Amino acid sequence: MTERTAEVAAGKSTMIHARAEGVTKSFGSTLALDRVDLEVRAGELVGLLGPNGAGKSTLVSLFTGGRRPTAGRVELCGGDPRDPRNRRTLGATPQETGLPASLRVGEVVDFVRAHFPNPLPKAELLDRFGLNDLVRRQTGGLSGGQKRRLAVALAFAGRPEIVFLDEPTTGLDVEARRDLWEAVRSFHADGGTVVLTSHYLEEIEALAERVVVIAEGRVLADDSVAAVRGLIKVSRVSLTSPVPLTGFDLEGLMAVEQTGDRMHLLTPDADRMVRELVKRNVPFRDLEVRPTSLEEAFLVLTGKDQK
Amino acid sequence: MTSLVLTHAKFQTLELFRIPIAVVGSAFWPAASMLAFVVPFAGDDPVGATYATASMITFAIMNTNLFQYGIGVSEDRAQPWDPFVRTLAAGATPRFLGRILTGLLMMVVSLAPVVLIAALFTEATLSPLAFLAAVPVCAAIAVPFILMGLSIGYALPQKAALVVAQILFLPLAFGGGLLTPPGGAPGFIEDLAPFLPTGGAVRLMWTTVTDFPFDPTATLALAGWTVLFGALAVWAHRRDEGRRFG
Repeated sequence: MTERTAEVAAGKSTMIHARAEGVTKSFGSTLALDRVDLEVRAGELVGLLGPNGAGKSTLVSLFTGGRRPTAGRVELCGGDPRDPRNRRTLGATPQETGLPASLRVGEVVDFVRAHFPNPLPKAELLDRFGLNDLVRRQTGGLSGGQKRRLAVALAFAGRPEIVFLDEPTTGLDVEARRDLWEAVRSFHADGGTVVLTSHYLEEIEALAERVVVIAEGRVLADDSVAAVRGLIKVSRVSLTSPVPLTGFDLEGLMAVEQTGDRMHLLTPDADRMVRELVKRNVPFRDLEVRPTSLEEAFLVLTGKDQK
Repeated sequence: MTSLVLTHAKFQTLELFRIPIAVVGSAFWPAASMLAFVVPFAGDDPVGATYATASMITFAIMNTNLFQYGIGVSEDRAQPWDPFVRTLAAGATPRFLGRILTGLLMMVVSLAPVVLIAALFTEATLSPLAFLAAVPVCAAIAVPFILMGLSIGYALPQKAALVVAQILFLPLAFGGGLLTPPGGAPGFIEDLAPFLPTGGAVRLMWTTVTDFPFDPTATLALAGWTVLFGALAVWAHRRDEGRRFG
C-alpha cells in the first residue's frame, strides 16, 4: 500500500494507466481494430466515440483482459491485462443483458465485491446508484434502466482506480442519466481514471475532457471535446434544383447525395453553405437544413460517402 | 483465495438451484437406470448388486460431470455475463475450484437416490466403514470427469460441446466396463478398461465397496488422466476469449 501511495505521489499525472501500441485485432477475415495507438494517463476522463461496430467495445475488451490483440501490445496499469494481478484496480461494466437472471441484485453485488481486497461497503454502493429498494429482486426481473444502473454500479464495487464504462447511460431516462453522470464525475474528481464509450456525442460532451474518435477500427481523431465537435459537426442542406450542382464549386461542400430530385449537401457550416448558394445564384426551392446523426457524420469523415 | 473459491461455488450453486428442474433432471436418470437395469437383474444377488450399484454410481458421476461442465460451461461462455467475470481480478483457479465444489454438491443430489434405491430394493450390502470410505472416493473419481467436462466446455462452442460429450460418454461407459460385471466384458475391453478414466474410476469404487483387489495400474492411469485433463482445461480456459463478437 505504501509503495503505491509513493508511486502515486511521485507522478500520478504522468503515469500511463492504459496503453495500446500498434494494436490490431481481427476476427477471421474481419478487421475490428487496425493499428490503434492510445494512451490513457492516470486521472484522465477519456471518451471513445464512434458509430456502432467501430471497434470501441473490442478495444475495451483488450484493455480489460477479455481478449488478446492479434498484433501489437496492450498494457493496463503497467502490465498485461490478461494477468489478473493487473486487474486489481480495474472496474468494468457487464452488458446489461448479461446479468445472471436468477440471481438477486444483492447477490450479484456481493459476488463482484468478493473479488476485491477493499471493496466499497455494500450499502454505500447500493445507495450511490439508487439500488437500495432492489436488493432482493432477481436481475431478470429488473427494467432496462435498473439493469443499466446495476451494471455501472458493479464497475465501482471494488474501489477501482480505472473504470471502463461501455455505453453507460444508453436507454436511461433523463434523471437516471444525470445521477449516473454525477457518480462518474465524483469518481473522476477523486482522482479516478475513466474511459467511457458512447455513440452519443452528448454523453461524451457531458463527461469527457478528451475524445478519441474511432471508426472502422482506426483512431480518426484524438483531441479536446470542442475540437472533435467541430470535426464531426456535419449539417445536411437539402434542396430541389433544376440544374446539377457540380458546376458551382461550392465552398465547404463535403459531399452531395441525391434522392429523386432532392439534393442533400453535407457541410460543416450550414449557414455558410446557404450564403454560398445565394451568392452563386444557384436556383433552388424547398430549402431544408438539419443536423446529421453521428453515423452520417462518420460516413462523411471516413470518405464512404464521396460521390 | 479460499474465500473466492467459496464465493464462486456459492453463486454457481445459487444459480443452479434457482432452476430446480435442472437439479431434478440430473437426479432422475441415475435413479431411473438403477430401477430399470440393476434392481430387476442383479437385485437379489448381494455381491452382484453391490458391484452393479458401484458401477451405476461411477456411471452417474461421469455422466453428470461430463454434461454439466461440458455443456454448462460452453453455454455460459455464450452469455455476456462471462466476459464480465473475466475482467474481475481472479484467474482460472477460483472459478475452476468453485465449479468443482458445485459439481460435487450436484453429485450428492444425483447419487443419493441411487444409494437409497440400492439400500431399499436390492440385496447390495455395505459396511458403515466402507460407506464412509466410498464418499471421498466418489469425490476423487469425479475430479477427472469434471476436468474433462471443463476442457470440452472451454475448448468448444455450444453445439460442438454437446456432440463431443454425447460421442464420448457411451464408449467411455462401455469401454471402462461400467455396463458389465467385473470380468464379464469382451476380452479386448477387459484389457483396455483399466487404462480408461472410467475403468480406473470404477475399479477404485469396486475396491472400496467389495473385495475387488486394488489395481495400482488403473489408479495410476486415472491419476494420469486427471493431470492431463487438468492441463487441458487450464489451457482451454487461457485461450478462450468468449464469444467472437461481443
